[in-house]
Amino acid sequence: MKKPEEILEYLNQKFGEDQLTLERGDIGEPWILVPASMIRDLSKFLRDDSELRFDMLMCLSGLHYLKEEELGVVYHLHSTKLDHYVTLKVRVPVEEPEVPSVESIWKTADWHEREAWDMVGVVFDKHPNLKRILLPDDWIGHPLRKDYVQQEFYQGIPTGE
Amino acid sequence: MIEGFINNLPMITILVHAAIPLTIILVYALVAIWGERKIAGFIQDRLGPMRVGGWHGWAQSIADLLKLIQKEDILPKDASRFLFRFAPFMMFAASYAAFAVIPFSSSYIGSNINIGVFYLLAVTSVLTLSVIMAGWASNNKWSLLGGMRSAAQMVSYEVPTIATVLTVIVVSGSLNLMTVTEMQSGNDILGFLPNWFIFQNPFLIVAFIIFFISILAESHRVPFDLPESESELVAGYQTEYSGMRWAMFMLAEYADMLLLSLLGAVLFFGGWNSPFGEFMGGPAWGFFWFMLKGLLLVFVMMWIRWTLPRYRVDQLMHICWSILIPLSFINLVLVALWEVIFN
Amino acid sequence: MVEILDNIDQREMVINMGPQHPSTHGVLRLELVLDGEIIKKVTPNIGYLHRCFEKYAEQMDDYSKVIPYTDRMDYVSAINQEHGYVLAMERLLEIDVPERVEYIRVIMAELQRIASHLLGIGAFGLDLGAFTPFLYCFTEREKILDIFERTTGARLLYNYMAVGGLMKDVHPEFKTDTADFLKTFRPKIKELNDLLSYNDIFIKRTANIGVLPKQVAINYGASGPVLRGSGVQWDLRKNDPYSIYEKFDFEIPVGMGEMGTLGDCWDRYIVRVREMEQSLRIIEQALDGLPEEGDVTEAVPKRIRPKNGSIYTRSESPRGELGYYIESNNSASPYRVKARAPSFVHLGMLPAISKGSLIADLVAIVGSIDIVLGEVDR
Repeated sequence: MKKPEEILEYLNQKFGEDQLTLERGDIGEPWILVPASMIRDLSKFLRDDSELRFDMLMCLSGLHYLKEEELGVVYHLHSTKLDHYVTLKVRVPVEEPEVPSVESIWKTADWHEREAWDMVGVVFDKHPNLKRILLPDDWIGHPLRKDYVQQEFYQGIPTGE
Repeated sequence: MIEGFINNLPMITILVHAAIPLTIILVYALVAIWGERKIAGFIQDRLGPMRVGGWHGWAQSIADLLKLIQKEDILPKDASRFLFRFAPFMMFAASYAAFAVIPFSSSYIGSNINIGVFYLLAVTSVLTLSVIMAGWASNNKWSLLGGMRSAAQMVSYEVPTIATVLTVIVVSGSLNLMTVTEMQSGNDILGFLPNWFIFQNPFLIVAFIIFFISILAESHRVPFDLPESESELVAGYQTEYSGMRWAMFMLAEYADMLLLSLLGAVLFFGGWNSPFGEFMGGPAWGFFWFMLKGLLLVFVMMWIRWTLPRYRVDQLMHICWSILIPLSFINLVLVALWEVIFN
Repeated sequence: MVEILDNIDQREMVINMGPQHPSTHGVLRLELVLDGEIIKKVTPNIGYLHRCFEKYAEQMDDYSKVIPYTDRMDYVSAINQEHGYVLAMERLLEIDVPERVEYIRVIMAELQRIASHLLGIGAFGLDLGAFTPFLYCFTEREKILDIFERTTGARLLYNYMAVGGLMKDVHPEFKTDTADFLKTFRPKIKELNDLLSYNDIFIKRTANIGVLPKQVAINYGASGPVLRGSGVQWDLRKNDPYSIYEKFDFEIPVGMGEMGTLGDCWDRYIVRVREMEQSLRIIEQALDGLPEEGDVTEAVPKRIRPKNGSIYTRSESPRGELGYYIESNNSASPYRVKARAPSFVHLGMLPAISKGSLIADLVAIVGSIDIVLGEVDR
């Protein structure tokens, strides 16, 4: 059972000092900010390392930060063996929203990444089947972006009132 | 003119003669559909139909029939038009035709032919054809799957059915159902039991159990209702049918249930013979006893339907080919041995 | 669809199961590639019931206005959905909830769990062609809904919990109603076991079908009865206690491979049946401990305006781990609400566990993971 601070310290020993940062808001839980490029390696390490053993991806959420012009992906990990938790966050610019997929590490990520692509537009690199999941394949835009404007017609059907 | 009337008389008698089973089927279907709902309601701790007609919703089936007649006649766009229309009627015709050799009472049988059992089994095989026909003609994949399941199931289960019917034939020595029934009159076994075949030979009890399981499968009843399993194949071959055509399927299904139950009553339970020998005997009472026996078997079928889950298609085949068929043939030999030794 | 048609084998058949199909438990479309009746490939297509829960939540001008929308996610267990959301909000705002509220919430949540399991079990039986157990289950569920109706006024979507408390106190006869239900319900579980659980045909249809091994289950993020059916002793009420669950004495039933392989449909089914018994135990203890007096609305904040921050809170809904990820940005409306729905995760592993089975088995598998499409699509 490790606290997020301890986990960060442990990771820093492995991946070098200045890669990861622990951030926290005014309230709520802290999270570890991870550069997008290393998320897959880090995830693999988190899952397989004997002191961490994060075998379960509880949740994966996509976010849009309008002011910063960034997209975020939040990973909530849990270890069923060691019973500890960690939150990872990846932020990428809206123009190049590419994040390596962790589908090969946790199968849960398969659908969750598709949902994040569908809703926020994060492109998951090397995802085997990255297509829309909740919306129709030919829908335009990503509805959970803060600047999303709904298309007026979908296949000739008005979408608003 | 009088001459013409007299010449036509046999024709009319034949028609009247032939219409009797039809009337029985129609009245029975209305009662049985209502009855099944009531039985289901009783088993499931609810009331069933209560409104239409007043007393316990007795007119529910009639109301449903009227509704079905009024329904729009839907023909799927790419269906095979002739086969699609023809299948339900063929199915009903087949089960109706089979009633011709059922001895309803000592004084009434549609056609007293010597190969009654053979005829009955041959005609009911047509049911399989009409189910495949409906499944294929609908141009629907679920229907097709249902049709194929049904073909496999009915062809397979015909073997144990025939094998068990054969065991009775070994005892009776006749294919004429009237003769078979007449052989079972009297109360001689242990001094009081009726001379029904099921009491005559212990192995015939086994034969009856196999026969009953097989007719459950033959008439698509739970736990063998795979061709029309609503939770897997939606409704199998009936998926695209509605209104009157669907009603014909329903009618045929219920007629089939009755037909096979009545066959069971003839072969194992003495047909129209009263269980009390001469007491309550005679043609009218004979009809009563015969229908009572048949309807009791129908009731057991309904009871099973509302109790058990459904088998899977491979399990169904396994039961047929590796359990029922070997068992029924072994049983046939044992019955024959018993007959040779004791009679 | 096109890509499938291009490289299809002539002996194979592509068939759409759903969106209107009796056994897909809602508007789910499964694209099946069949060889005869053997399934070569399953592709679940979801989204037919997508109601933009997350978008709506962001549009609300008050955090508590999200609660009615959570009801509509898993409409079979609305109380548990609300419970998860208010827990997340209370943790974010660090609100202490009065004890009476916690007791009522637990009783409500466990009643709802029983109601939801009854529906799941009944529908599972229906999928396998057993009609009667379905109606027996519904009769019992009806009694629970009556209890809910007397207190909340609604039978399906309650909108009963509030951040920091409850909308209103329970009905004066709530305690006796619930106690009566407990008394009548116990024998019914035995009846259900006799009729369905240990029925030979039922066992034949469910044992060794849809086997989900332990490691695969964890890797796919399975939770709730599905994970427990695979033999993992994992229940958030015990492993990550929220509310006042640590006060109660109950067990976590797990699948043991009694009828076949560990993690088959029967194991998942029986876990639900045994869980209902445990829920009864919890309700009994909670009824004894329920404080008589107390204002259930005293801790409800007048105005909710959390500072910058985020929280992920999970709770044990009848279907599994229900998580809410909430991000706040110092305004009255949530910046982001993400619901991690257990059915969504479980449906994602359907292709992995149903390959090579028959259509009839697929129906059993879908029934045994007990999905609610409202929650899958949100």
